Amino acid sequence: MPVTKNIIRINDLNSGFIEELVESGRKIFGEDVLRSVEACIQCGCCTGSCPSSRRTAFRTRKIFRETSLGFKESVLGSDDLWLCTTCYTCYERCPRGVKTTDIIRVLRNMAVRQGYMAEAHRMTASYVFKTGHGVPINEEVQRQRVELGLNRLPPTTHSFPEALRSVQEVLRLTGFDEIVGFDWETMELRGRK
Amino acid sequence: MKEYAIFLGCIIPNRYPGIETTSTSILKDFDIELLPINGASCCPAPGVFSSFHLESWLAIAARNIAIGEETGRDIVTMCNGCYGSLAEANHLLNGNKELKDKINDILSKVGCEFKGNSKIKHMIEVFSEDIGVKKIQEYMKNPLDGIKVCTHYGCHFLKPSEIKKHGSSERPKFLDELVRATGAESIDYKDKTMCCGFGGGVRARDIDVTLDFTREKLKNIISAGGDCIVDQCASCHLEFDRGQAEIKKIYGEEFRLPVLYFTQLIGLGIGMGQKELGLTFQNIPAESLLDKINGRKK
Repeated sequence: MPVTKNIIRINDLNSGFIEELVESGRKIFGEDVLRSVEACIQCGCCTGSCPSSRRTAFRTRKIFRETSLGFKESVLGSDDLWLCTTCYTCYERCPRGVKTTDIIRVLRNMAVRQGYMAEAHRMTASYVFKTGHGVPINEEVQRQRVELGLNRLPPTTHSFPEALRSVQEVLRLTGFDEIVGFDWETMELRGRK
Repeated sequence: MKEYAIFLGCIIPNRYPGIETTSTSILKDFDIELLPINGASCCPAPGVFSSFHLESWLAIAARNIAIGEETGRDIVTMCNGCYGSLAEANHLLNGNKELKDKINDILSKVGCEFKGNSKIKHMIEVFSEDIGVKKIQEYMKNPLDGIKVCTHYGCHFLKPSEIKKHGSSERPKFLDELVRATGAESIDYKDKTMCCGFGGGVRARDIDVTLDFTREKLKNIISAGGDCIVDQCASCHLEFDRGQAEIKKIYGEEFRLPVLYFTQLIGLGIGMGQKELGLTFQNIPAESLLDKINGRKK
Protein backbone atom coordinates (compact mmCIF):
# COMPACT_ATOMS: atom_id res chain seq x y z
CA MET A 1 0.00 0.00 0.00
CA PRO A 2 2.31 2.74 -1.19
CA VAL A 3 1.46 6.23 0.05
CA THR A 4 2.53 7.67 -3.29
CA LYS A 5 -0.65 6.37 -4.96
CA ASN A 6 -2.84 9.22 -6.09
CA ILE A 7 -5.95 7.75 -4.56
CA ILE A 8 -5.91 6.29 -1.12
CA ARG A 9 -8.93 4.18 -0.35
CA ILE A 10 -10.24 3.98 3.17
CA ASN A 11 -10.08 0.18 2.96
CA ASP A 12 -6.33 0.38 2.36
CA LEU A 13 -5.82 1.89 5.78
CA ASN A 14 -5.37 -0.08 8.96
CA SER A 15 -7.92 1.48 11.28
CA GLY A 16 -6.66 -0.59 14.20
CA PHE A 17 -3.10 0.73 14.00
CA ILE A 18 -3.42 3.10 16.96
CA GLU A 19 -4.86 0.27 19.06
CA GLU A 20 -1.88 -1.89 18.09
CA LEU A 21 0.43 0.95 19.09
CA VAL A 22 -1.31 1.29 22.45
CA GLU A 23 -1.16 -2.45 23.03
CA SER A 24 2.55 -2.60 22.15
CA GLY A 25 3.66 0.12 24.55
CA ARG A 26 0.97 0.15 27.23
CA LYS A 27 2.74 -2.08 29.73
CA ILE A 28 5.88 0.05 29.74
CA PHE A 29 4.59 3.60 29.38
CA GLY A 30 0.90 3.34 30.26
CA GLU A 31 -1.98 3.87 27.84
CA ASP A 32 -2.12 7.69 28.06
CA VAL A 33 1.41 8.10 26.70
CA LEU A 34 0.53 6.19 23.52
CA ARG A 35 -2.94 7.74 23.14
CA SER A 36 -1.34 11.19 23.23
CA VAL A 37 -0.72 10.79 19.48
CA GLU A 38 -4.48 11.37 19.04
CA ALA A 39 -4.02 14.91 20.38
CA CYS A 40 -1.71 15.83 17.47
CA ILE A 41 -3.03 18.84 15.51
CA GLN A 42 -0.33 18.65 12.81
CA CYS A 43 1.16 22.02 13.77
CA GLY A 44 4.66 20.85 12.85
CA CYS A 45 6.45 22.13 15.93
CA CYS A 46 8.10 18.68 16.13
CA THR A 47 9.45 18.73 12.59
CA GLY A 48 10.45 22.40 12.87
CA SER A 49 12.44 21.62 16.02
CA CYS A 50 13.99 18.43 14.71
CA PRO A 51 17.76 18.49 14.03
CA SER A 52 17.42 15.35 11.92
CA SER A 53 14.76 16.81 9.60
CA ARG A 54 17.20 19.61 8.68
CA ARG A 55 19.32 17.12 6.80
CA THR A 56 17.14 14.08 6.10
CA ALA A 57 13.65 13.15 4.89
CA PHE A 58 12.60 12.32 8.45
CA ARG A 59 9.35 14.15 9.28
CA THR A 60 7.98 13.54 12.76
CA ARG A 61 4.69 15.24 11.92
CA LYS A 62 4.20 12.93 8.93
CA ILE A 63 4.84 9.84 11.05
CA PHE A 64 2.16 10.92 13.52
CA ARG A 65 -0.33 11.76 10.76
CA GLU A 66 0.24 8.42 9.09
CA THR A 67 -0.04 6.64 12.42
CA SER A 68 -3.37 8.32 13.19
CA LEU A 69 -4.75 7.49 9.75
CA GLY A 70 -3.56 3.89 9.87
CA PHE A 71 -0.77 3.83 7.28
CA LYS A 72 0.80 0.95 9.13
CA GLU A 73 3.12 -0.42 6.47
CA SER A 74 4.30 3.01 5.43
CA VAL A 75 5.22 3.93 9.01
CA LEU A 76 6.79 0.65 10.12
CA GLY A 77 8.54 -0.13 6.86
CA SER A 78 10.09 3.28 6.41
CA ASP A 79 13.82 3.84 6.86
CA ASP A 80 12.97 7.36 8.03
CA LEU A 81 11.61 6.02 11.31
CA TRP A 82 15.24 5.25 12.25
CA LEU A 83 16.57 8.78 11.69
CA CYS A 84 15.42 10.13 15.07
CA THR A 85 18.36 10.48 17.48
CA THR A 86 15.94 10.56 20.46
CA CYS A 87 17.07 14.08 21.38
CA TYR A 88 13.62 14.86 22.87
CA THR A 89 13.50 18.42 21.50
CA CYS A 90 10.05 17.78 19.96
CA TYR A 91 8.91 16.04 23.14
CA GLU A 92 9.80 19.15 25.14
CA ARG A 93 8.15 21.57 22.73
CA CYS A 94 4.97 19.80 21.58
CA PRO A 95 2.11 22.17 22.48
CA ARG A 96 -0.32 19.24 22.63
CA GLY A 97 1.74 17.12 25.00
CA VAL A 98 2.26 14.31 22.50
CA LYS A 99 4.87 11.97 24.01
CA THR A 100 6.72 11.97 20.72
CA THR A 101 9.94 10.11 21.53
CA ASP A 102 8.12 7.39 23.50
CA ILE A 103 5.74 6.85 20.58
CA ILE A 104 8.62 6.70 18.10
CA ARG A 105 10.36 4.09 20.25
CA VAL A 106 7.23 1.94 20.45
CA LEU A 107 6.75 2.25 16.65
CA ARG A 108 10.36 1.09 16.25
CA ASN A 109 9.71 -1.88 18.55
CA MET A 110 6.76 -2.78 16.31
CA ALA A 111 8.93 -2.40 13.21
CA VAL A 112 11.58 -4.69 14.70
CA ARG A 113 8.89 -7.31 15.44
CA GLN A 114 7.91 -7.12 11.77
CA GLY A 115 11.46 -7.86 10.71
CA TYR A 116 12.62 -4.31 9.97
CA MET A 117 15.79 -4.44 12.06
CA ALA A 118 18.90 -3.17 10.30
CA GLU A 119 21.94 -5.47 10.15
CA ALA A 120 24.00 -2.75 11.83
CA HIS A 121 21.57 -2.77 14.76
CA ARG A 122 21.62 -6.56 15.01
CA MET A 123 25.43 -6.24 15.22
CA THR A 124 25.20 -3.66 18.03
CA ALA A 125 22.84 -5.98 19.92
CA SER A 126 25.15 -8.97 19.36
CA TYR A 127 27.98 -7.22 21.25
CA VAL A 128 25.77 -7.10 24.35
CA PHE A 129 24.98 -10.82 24.01
CA LYS A 130 28.68 -11.63 23.66
CA THR A 131 30.29 -9.21 26.14
CA GLY A 132 27.59 -7.38 28.12
CA HIS A 133 28.76 -4.15 26.49
CA GLY A 134 27.34 -2.33 23.46
CA VAL A 135 30.83 -0.87 23.05
CA PRO A 136 33.27 -3.59 24.22
CA ILE A 137 36.90 -3.00 25.11
CA ASN A 138 39.75 -3.39 22.60
CA GLU A 139 43.46 -4.06 23.01
CA GLU A 140 44.53 -0.46 22.55
CA VAL A 141 42.32 0.80 25.36
CA GLN A 142 43.45 -2.07 27.60
CA ARG A 143 47.00 -0.73 27.23
CA GLN A 144 45.83 2.84 27.89
CA ARG A 145 44.03 1.71 31.05
CA VAL A 146 47.22 0.13 32.39
CA GLU A 147 49.19 3.31 31.58
CA LEU A 148 46.62 5.31 33.54
CA GLY A 149 47.01 3.00 36.54
CA LEU A 150 43.72 1.14 36.06
CA ASN A 151 43.19 -2.60 35.78
CA ARG A 152 43.48 -3.86 32.21
CA LEU A 153 39.75 -4.68 32.25
CA PRO A 154 37.03 -2.64 33.98
CA PRO A 155 35.09 -4.26 36.87
CA THR A 156 32.11 -4.87 34.58
CA THR A 157 30.92 -7.98 32.74
CA HIS A 158 34.40 -7.84 31.15
CA SER A 159 35.89 -8.98 34.51
CA PHE A 160 33.06 -11.14 35.84
CA PRO A 161 32.00 -14.05 33.59
CA GLU A 162 29.16 -14.98 35.96
CA ALA A 163 27.76 -11.45 35.58
CA LEU A 164 27.88 -11.82 31.79
CA ARG A 165 25.94 -15.08 32.14
CA SER A 166 23.30 -13.20 34.18
CA VAL A 167 22.95 -10.58 31.44
CA GLN A 168 22.63 -13.32 28.82
CA GLU A 169 20.01 -15.11 30.91
CA VAL A 170 17.96 -11.91 31.31
CA LEU A 171 18.04 -11.39 27.52
CA ARG A 172 16.97 -14.99 26.98
CA LEU A 173 14.07 -14.60 29.42
CA THR A 174 12.84 -11.41 27.71
CA GLY A 175 13.07 -13.13 24.32
CA PHE A 176 15.57 -10.62 22.95
CA ASP A 177 17.60 -13.48 21.45
CA GLU A 178 14.65 -14.46 19.23
CA ILE A 179 13.91 -10.85 18.29
CA VAL A 180 17.49 -10.19 17.21
CA GLY A 181 18.13 -13.68 15.86
CA PHE A 182 21.03 -14.55 18.12
CA ASP A 183 22.22 -18.16 18.10
CA TRP A 184 23.51 -19.40 21.47
CA GLU A 185 25.23 -22.41 19.86
CA THR A 186 27.53 -20.37 17.64
CA MET A 187 27.30 -17.19 19.79
CA GLU A 188 26.72 -15.31 16.54
CA LEU A 189 23.78 -13.74 14.73
CA ARG A 190 21.78 -16.15 12.61
CA GLY A 191 22.31 -15.75 8.91
CA ARG A 192 25.81 -14.32 9.34
CA LYS A 193 29.22 -15.95 9.32
CA MET B 1 33.55 11.19 53.56
CA LYS B 2 30.81 10.75 50.96
CA GLU B 3 30.56 7.56 48.92
CA TYR B 4 28.80 6.77 45.67
CA ALA B 5 28.50 3.62 43.58
CA ILE B 6 29.97 4.46 40.19
CA PHE B 7 28.22 3.11 37.10
CA LEU B 8 30.88 3.04 34.37
CA GLY B 9 28.85 2.03 31.32
CA CYS B 10 30.74 1.22 28.09
CA ILE B 11 32.34 4.24 26.49
CA ILE B 12 34.23 5.58 29.49
CA PRO B 13 35.98 2.36 30.62
CA ASN B 14 36.28 0.94 27.10
CA ARG B 15 37.16 4.07 25.05
CA TYR B 16 37.99 7.07 27.29
CA PRO B 17 39.43 5.71 30.56
CA GLY B 18 41.11 9.09 31.19
CA ILE B 19 37.69 10.52 32.04
CA GLU B 20 37.35 7.91 34.78
CA THR B 21 40.80 8.43 36.32
CA THR B 22 40.54 12.22 36.16
CA SER B 23 37.09 12.31 37.77
CA THR B 24 38.08 9.83 40.50
CA SER B 25 41.26 11.67 41.40
CA ILE B 26 39.58 15.10 41.60
CA LEU B 27 36.73 13.73 43.74
CA LYS B 28 39.30 12.32 46.20
CA ASP B 29 40.42 15.91 46.88
CA PHE B 30 36.85 16.66 47.94
CA ASP B 31 36.62 13.55 50.08
CA ILE B 32 34.22 11.78 47.74
CA GLU B 33 34.93 8.11 47.12
CA LEU B 34 33.56 6.01 44.23
CA LEU B 35 32.78 2.33 44.83
CA PRO B 36 32.72 -0.05 41.85
CA ILE B 37 29.54 -1.85 40.79
CA ASN B 38 31.08 -5.23 40.05
CA GLY B 39 29.55 -7.03 37.09
CA ALA B 40 27.62 -4.07 35.66
CA SER B 41 26.92 -4.13 31.92
CA CYS B 42 25.90 -1.72 29.17
CA CYS B 43 23.21 0.59 30.63
CA PRO B 44 21.84 -0.31 27.82
CA ALA B 45 21.99 2.75 25.51
CA PRO B 46 18.63 4.51 25.91
CA GLY B 47 17.68 5.49 22.37
CA VAL B 48 19.25 2.38 20.85
CA PHE B 49 18.13 -0.64 22.87
CA SER B 50 14.76 0.79 23.89
CA SER B 51 14.08 1.25 20.17
CA PHE B 52 14.67 -2.48 19.61
CA HIS B 53 12.79 -3.96 22.56
CA LEU B 54 11.63 -1.87 25.50
CA GLU B 55 11.24 -4.80 27.87
CA SER B 56 14.79 -6.08 27.32
CA TRP B 57 16.19 -2.57 27.67
CA LEU B 58 14.28 -2.10 30.93
CA ALA B 59 15.27 -5.49 32.37
CA ILE B 60 18.98 -4.92 31.77
CA ALA B 61 18.79 -1.38 33.15
CA ALA B 62 16.93 -2.71 36.20
CA ARG B 63 19.63 -5.36 36.73
CA ASN B 64 22.30 -2.63 36.68
CA ILE B 65 20.38 -0.56 39.21
CA ALA B 66 19.74 -3.65 41.36
CA ILE B 67 23.42 -4.56 41.66
CA GLY B 68 24.26 -0.89 42.23
CA GLU B 69 21.73 -0.74 45.05
CA GLU B 70 23.47 -3.65 46.73
CA THR B 71 26.33 -1.27 47.59
CA GLY B 72 23.86 0.70 49.74
CA ARG B 73 24.91 3.93 48.03
CA ASP B 74 23.34 6.23 45.47
CA ILE B 75 24.46 5.52 41.91
CA VAL B 76 26.49 8.00 39.85
CA THR B 77 26.94 7.84 36.08
CA MET B 78 29.41 9.79 33.94
CA CYS B 79 27.50 9.52 30.66
CA ASN B 80 24.16 11.11 29.74
CA GLY B 81 23.22 7.87 28.00
CA CYS B 82 23.77 5.77 31.12
CA TYR B 83 22.01 8.42 33.17
CA GLY B 84 19.14 8.46 30.68
CA SER B 85 18.61 4.70 30.81
CA LEU B 86 19.01 4.24 34.55
CA ALA B 87 16.98 7.32 35.51
CA GLU B 88 14.17 6.48 33.09
CA ALA B 89 14.11 2.82 34.21
CA ASN B 90 14.00 3.97 37.84
CA HIS B 91 11.15 6.35 37.05
CA LEU B 92 9.12 3.76 35.10
CA LEU B 93 9.59 0.97 37.64
CA ASN B 94 8.93 3.08 40.72
CA GLY B 95 5.74 4.41 39.16
CA ASN B 96 4.23 1.10 38.07
CA LYS B 97 3.95 -1.82 40.50
CA GLU B 98 2.76 -4.28 37.86
CA LEU B 99 5.76 -3.49 35.66
CA LYS B 100 8.14 -3.65 38.60
CA ASP B 101 6.81 -7.09 39.60
CA LYS B 102 7.14 -8.33 36.04
CA ILE B 103 10.76 -7.15 35.74
CA ASN B 104 11.61 -8.46 39.21
CA ASP B 105 10.20 -11.82 38.22
CA ILE B 106 12.83 -11.93 35.45
CA LEU B 107 15.59 -10.60 37.72
CA SER B 108 14.78 -13.18 40.43
CA LYS B 109 15.99 -15.87 37.99
CA VAL B 110 19.47 -14.33 38.16
CA GLY B 111 19.36 -13.59 41.87
CA CYS B 112 18.66 -9.83 41.66
CA GLU B 113 15.90 -7.57 42.86
CA PHE B 114 15.13 -4.00 41.81
CA LYS B 115 14.09 -2.14 44.95
CA GLY B 116 14.19 1.41 43.66
CA ASN B 117 15.68 3.03 46.74
CA SER B 118 18.96 4.35 45.30
CA LYS B 119 19.02 7.73 43.63
CA ILE B 120 20.43 7.89 40.12
CA LYS B 121 22.77 10.86 39.80
CA HIS B 122 25.09 12.25 37.15
CA MET B 123 28.69 13.28 37.78
CA ILE B 124 27.73 16.84 36.83
CA GLU B 125 25.39 16.95 39.86
CA VAL B 126 28.17 15.74 42.16
CA PHE B 127 30.30 18.68 40.99
CA SER B 128 27.68 21.40 40.75
CA GLU B 129 25.59 20.42 43.80
CA ASP B 130 27.66 18.33 46.24
CA ILE B 131 30.87 20.30 45.72
CA GLY B 132 29.53 23.53 44.25
CA VAL B 133 30.92 26.20 41.99
CA LYS B 134 32.51 28.21 44.80
CA LYS B 135 34.70 25.35 46.00
CA ILE B 136 35.76 24.53 42.44
CA GLN B 137 36.77 28.18 42.03
CA GLU B 138 38.92 28.01 45.16
CA TYR B 139 40.37 24.66 44.04
CA MET B 140 41.90 26.10 40.85
CA LYS B 141 45.68 26.44 40.98
CA ASN B 142 46.07 27.57 37.44
CA PRO B 143 42.79 29.37 36.52
CA LEU B 144 42.03 29.14 32.83
CA ASP B 145 41.54 32.89 32.26
CA GLY B 146 41.33 33.86 28.61
CA ILE B 147 40.24 30.41 27.40
CA LYS B 148 37.03 30.39 25.37
CA VAL B 149 34.94 27.30 25.99
CA CYS B 150 31.86 26.11 24.14
CA THR B 151 29.76 23.83 26.31
CA HIS B 152 27.67 20.94 25.03
CA TYR B 153 25.02 19.61 27.45
CA GLY B 154 23.76 16.70 25.37
CA CYS B 155 20.20 15.38 25.49
CA HIS B 156 19.49 12.58 27.95
CA PHE B 157 20.51 14.29 31.17
CA LEU B 158 18.09 17.19 30.67
CA LYS B 159 15.31 15.62 28.68
CA PRO B 160 12.53 14.76 29.08
CA SER B 161 12.56 17.54 31.67
CA GLU B 162 9.26 16.41 33.25
CA ILE B 163 11.07 13.23 34.36
CA LYS B 164 14.67 14.41 34.74
CA LYS B 165 13.76 17.64 36.55
CA HIS B 166 17.01 19.55 36.08
CA GLY B 167 15.40 22.83 35.07
CA SER B 168 15.24 24.35 31.61
CA SER B 169 16.26 22.10 28.74
CA GLU B 170 16.32 25.10 26.39
CA ARG B 171 18.61 27.37 28.45
CA PRO B 172 20.51 25.23 30.94
CA LYS B 173 23.23 26.96 32.98
CA PHE B 174 24.99 24.57 35.36
CA LEU B 175 27.73 23.39 32.98
CA ASP B 176 28.53 26.97 31.92
CA GLU B 177 28.75 27.94 35.60
CA LEU B 178 31.22 25.12 36.27
CA VAL B 179 33.28 26.18 33.26
CA ARG B 180 33.37 29.77 34.54
CA ALA B 181 34.52 28.46 37.93
CA THR B 182 37.72 27.28 36.23
CA GLY B 183 38.39 30.88 35.11
CA ALA B 184 37.56 30.11 31.49
CA GLU B 185 34.94 32.04 29.58
CA SER B 186 31.85 30.13 28.42
CA ILE B 187 30.82 31.54 25.07
CA ASP B 188 27.52 31.15 23.26
CA TYR B 189 27.22 29.60 19.83
CA LYS B 190 24.47 28.85 17.37
CA ASP B 191 22.27 25.86 18.25
CA LYS B 192 24.12 25.24 21.49
CA THR B 193 21.58 22.72 22.81
CA MET B 194 21.40 20.76 19.55
CA CYS B 195 22.08 17.02 19.70
CA CYS B 196 25.57 15.76 18.68
CA GLY B 197 24.02 13.14 16.37
CA PHE B 198 25.17 10.04 18.24
CA GLY B 199 21.90 8.74 19.66
CA GLY B 200 18.89 6.66 18.76
CA GLY B 201 20.89 4.10 16.83
CA VAL B 202 21.55 6.62 14.05
CA ARG B 203 25.33 6.38 14.44
CA ALA B 204 25.35 2.60 13.82
CA ARG B 205 22.81 2.71 11.00
CA ASP B 206 23.42 6.03 9.19
CA ILE B 207 26.84 7.37 10.12
CA ASP B 208 26.69 10.06 7.43
CA VAL B 209 23.62 11.57 9.09
CA THR B 210 25.29 11.44 12.50
CA LEU B 211 28.46 13.09 11.21
CA ASP B 212 26.41 15.80 9.52
CA PHE B 213 24.98 16.76 12.95
CA THR B 214 28.48 16.72 14.43
CA ARG B 215 29.92 18.77 11.60
CA GLU B 216 27.22 21.42 12.01
CA LYS B 217 27.97 21.75 15.72
CA LEU B 218 31.73 21.91 15.12
CA LYS B 219 31.29 24.62 12.48
CA ASN B 220 29.11 26.69 14.82
CA ILE B 221 31.69 26.38 17.62
CA ILE B 222 34.60 27.34 15.37
CA SER B 223 32.63 30.33 14.00
CA ALA B 224 31.99 31.55 17.54
CA GLY B 225 35.72 31.38 18.29
CA GLY B 226 35.73 28.48 20.76
CA ASP B 227 39.12 27.10 21.84
CA CYS B 228 37.60 23.77 22.83
CA ILE B 229 34.34 21.96 23.45
CA VAL B 230 33.47 20.84 26.98
CA ASP B 231 30.91 18.07 27.42
CA GLN B 232 29.35 16.02 30.19
CA CYS B 233 28.55 12.85 28.28
CA ALA B 234 30.75 9.96 27.14
CA SER B 235 28.70 9.39 24.00
CA CYS B 236 28.84 13.04 22.93
CA HIS B 237 32.54 13.01 23.84
CA LEU B 238 33.18 10.09 21.49
CA GLU B 239 31.04 11.72 18.84
CA PHE B 240 33.03 14.97 18.86
CA ASP B 241 36.47 13.35 19.24
CA ARG B 242 36.20 10.30 17.02
CA GLY B 243 33.66 12.08 14.82
CA GLN B 244 36.25 14.71 13.87
CA ALA B 245 38.65 11.96 12.77
CA GLU B 246 35.87 10.33 10.73
CA ILE B 247 34.81 13.64 9.16
CA LYS B 248 38.42 14.20 8.12
CA LYS B 249 38.66 10.74 6.59
CA ILE B 250 35.29 10.78 4.82
CA TYR B 251 34.89 14.45 3.86
CA GLY B 252 38.48 15.71 4.02
CA GLU B 253 37.41 18.47 6.38
CA GLU B 254 39.57 19.16 9.42
CA PHE B 255 38.48 21.05 12.56
CA ARG B 256 41.15 20.12 15.15
CA LEU B 257 38.91 21.26 17.99
CA PRO B 258 40.03 19.81 21.36
CA VAL B 259 37.28 17.85 23.15
CA LEU B 260 37.21 17.79 26.95
CA TYR B 261 34.94 16.16 29.48
CA PHE B 262 34.19 18.79 32.14
CA THR B 263 36.39 17.06 34.74
CA GLN B 264 39.30 17.15 32.26
CA LEU B 265 38.87 20.94 32.06
CA ILE B 266 38.90 21.18 35.86
CA GLY B 267 42.00 18.94 35.78
CA LEU B 268 43.76 21.43 33.48
CA GLY B 269 42.93 24.17 35.97
CA ILE B 270 44.72 22.34 38.78
CA GLY B 271 47.75 21.70 36.61
CA MET B 272 47.18 18.04 35.70
CA GLY B 273 49.15 17.07 32.60
CA GLN B 274 47.52 16.04 29.34
CA LYS B 275 48.83 12.49 29.67
CA GLU B 276 47.37 12.16 33.15
CA LEU B 277 44.05 13.49 31.83
CA GLY B 278 44.04 10.89 29.08
CA LEU B 279 44.05 13.63 26.42
CA THR B 280 47.05 12.14 24.60
CA PHE B 281 44.96 9.01 23.90
CA GLN B 282 42.20 10.97 22.17
CA ASN B 283 41.88 11.34 18.40
CA ILE B 284 42.10 15.13 18.40
CA PRO B 285 45.23 16.59 20.04
CA ALA B 286 44.75 19.20 22.76
CA GLU B 287 48.00 21.04 21.89
CA SER B 288 46.34 24.19 20.54
CA LEU B 289 44.47 24.59 23.84
CA LEU B 290 47.54 23.82 25.98
CA ASP B 291 49.64 26.28 23.96
CA LYS B 292 47.05 28.95 24.60
CA ILE B 293 46.96 28.16 28.32
CA ASN B 294 50.77 28.14 28.61
CA GLY B 295 51.28 31.19 26.40
CA ARG B 296 48.86 33.51 28.19
CA LYS B 297 51.36 35.04 30.64
CA LYS B 298 53.91 35.97 28.00
